[in-house]
Amino acid sequence: MNRAPLIFLGIFFAIAFSWTGIILTNQISYGSLTRYVNPDDGKAYPQASPGEAARGKLVYQDLGCVYCHSQQVRQPGFGIDIERGWGDRGSVARDYVGEQRVFLGSMRTGPDLRNVGARFAGQGGREWHIKHFYDPTITSVDSIMPPHRFLYETRKIVGDPSLKAVQSLLPEKYQPAPGHEIVLKQRGEDLIAYMLSLKDPELYPEEAARVYVPKASPAKKEAAK
Amino acid sequence: MASASQLASSLNPSASPELVKRAELSEIDASTKLPALFFFGSAILWLLAGTVFALLAAFKMHNPALLGDYEWLTFGRVRTAHLNAVIYGWSVNASFGVAFWLMARLSRAELRHSGMLLIAAAFWNIGVTLGIYGILTGDSTSIEWLEFPSYATPLLFFAYALVGAWTVITFRFGRSKHIYVSQWYILAALFWFPWLYSVAQIMLIFSPARGTVQSLVNWWFAHNVLGLWFTPIGLGAVYYFLPKVLGKPIHSYYLSVLGFWSLAIFYNWAGVHHLIGGPVPVWVQTAGITASFMMVIPVIVTAVNHHLTMVGNSSALKYSPTLRFTVFGAVAYTFTSLQGSSMSIRSWSELTHFTHYTIGHSHAGMYAFFTMVMFGSIYYILPRILLKEWPSAKLISLHFWACALGIIFMVLVLSFAGVKQGIDMNSLPIGADGKPGAPAPFLEIVKNTIPWLKLRSYSGILLTIGHLAFAVNFVWMLLKPRPAGATAPTLFRNGPELEVSR
Repeated sequence: MNRAPLIFLGIFFAIAFSWTGIILTNQISYGSLTRYVNPDDGKAYPQASPGEAARGKLVYQDLGCVYCHSQQVRQPGFGIDIERGWGDRGSVARDYVGEQRVFLGSMRTGPDLRNVGARFAGQGGREWHIKHFYDPTITSVDSIMPPHRFLYETRKIVGDPSLKAVQSLLPEKYQPAPGHEIVLKQRGEDLIAYMLSLKDPELYPEEAARVYVPKASPAKKEAAK
Repeated sequence: MASASQLASSLNPSASPELVKRAELSEIDASTKLPALFFFGSAILWLLAGTVFALLAAFKMHNPALLGDYEWLTFGRVRTAHLNAVIYGWSVNASFGVAFWLMARLSRAELRHSGMLLIAAAFWNIGVTLGIYGILTGDSTSIEWLEFPSYATPLLFFAYALVGAWTVITFRFGRSKHIYVSQWYILAALFWFPWLYSVAQIMLIFSPARGTVQSLVNWWFAHNVLGLWFTPIGLGAVYYFLPKVLGKPIHSYYLSVLGFWSLAIFYNWAGVHHLIGGPVPVWVQTAGITASFMMVIPVIVTAVNHHLTMVGNSSALKYSPTLRFTVFGAVAYTFTSLQGSSMSIRSWSELTHFTHYTIGHSHAGMYAFFTMVMFGSIYYILPRILLKEWPSAKLISLHFWACALGIIFMVLVLSFAGVKQGIDMNSLPIGADGKPGAPAPFLEIVKNTIPWLKLRSYSGILLTIGHLAFAVNFVWMLLKPRPAGATAPTLFRNGPELEVSR
């Protein structure tokens, strides 16, 4: 008896089963999830990133940052991401709908970056990143993140010094030779813009009603005892 | 052992059926010679390249300044180059060679037009080279296990289609009436991989799905490359070499069938366990956990079947290199699969996910199981297609001990590091007042992992020594002249005649 066709059929259905269950079902059920339009300001959330940050995401991708940094805040009660200050709330599927490529990550050699733009914001945040990428141990002693000095350029000052020169932020040992200055390459500017853009909005009403389970307050816990 | 005179006598109609069968196998082996050599040779080159990338990445983790000014050698790229070199370069090349060699033998069919497989091997290796070059120069997609840029993938797909088609054709032309369980595994793997790969390419790169559906596709693919490609090929090889070297049938035919179908049904749902606690629907996480747990069935069934085949023959491990590597791999398969099932438990996943524990687990699977089985297979296959024996038993012994101790050491170190890291990262220490205090500072956790990461690098040096011994023995074997008469297989020590040569 030739059992090859029967074996083949079994092999076919085995994979068809998980493809239908994991991929197709979820694609149908939330593959067309849209942004939430806030009626108060008429804006769609999560907001799209501006051009510089979008280019910075490609730098993040080509340098392989995702292998040490996740971009997902776990829900309260599962890990202590919120206590660590990695976000005000757990991440939900809608946070990612505007992204061409999703970098959830699977490793936390370094901290989660989903809301790094909230932790380091504005000019201070920018300056922190300029120091951090040049040599991570300037801002974070004991860090094992690789230095990213290839995102900077040391060049001779021609005419007036650049307004964008960054060496004043760096410690003594990194000062360039006299007559020279250190500036960020465009890739470096982009990557920092991306870091500053990483920040999830407040929770959307639909998820707040359905998914988000607020942590029991200490008073409630006491009462439960 | 078949000598020239025995081959001649096998042409005699009065010769024993055993001799005729050996002559046939000999011809089948000869038909696979060039493509098998091409695949195994390039596999070994990629193994060495992957080892260099691995060492570099490992040392960079505790010494980030090492070659830190070269953008193309930054950690994120070298680590990715390592993964892709050992997966698509070493492991897939080796599994192709083992798959069609086994298929030809088990189907009792010579490989027809083996030149097509040479073309496939060339395309595959050009594709992998392009892909690694792309990763180092900044074209990585940063999608785990699918980092190759889109200009490398069509070459890989074409090469894959050729290998798959040729293996299936060999099966169709086979004279064997019976379909052995190794053939089931290989045929299934050949069918599953293109499905996985095409869906992943389409839904992640050419027309990306929206939001975290991408993550589901990603882990469905990445875990199934292990479960539906490497595992079936590895198990297929164990199912062949274990009884072959021992010269006795596999313990139970029914257990091997049960093992096959339970693996086929459960493994392909398990990948979602990489997303436990993530922003994907909870029901699909639960399904993934359930499937991960159901994997205990095929794993135990297969382990029992292999163990009962081995029982009473463990002294053969002293002599046969193939058996020693294969049995190490089979035991590691049981360990790593049960470990994987346990890692899907929510509370254990909460702790170990995002830590070095996972890295330890993936090395237990891809190295302690799969790579060791491939080493064993190559030790068996090459003497039969080259018609000469391995030059040095000492080098094989060095290879085995360096790799076996190295990988055990590595998995242990990474597991300890990961559990410590997971506890510190996910718990609030209880203060003197009995209330949970502030979490341990992140940089302190990083600092605590450094000694472990150094130990991991040392384990990598052990593996490197093993790989070099293997490569030297391989090149030496290619270069040494073929002996005129009969030869005895290279064993660790001279013992009773255990290995059936042909």
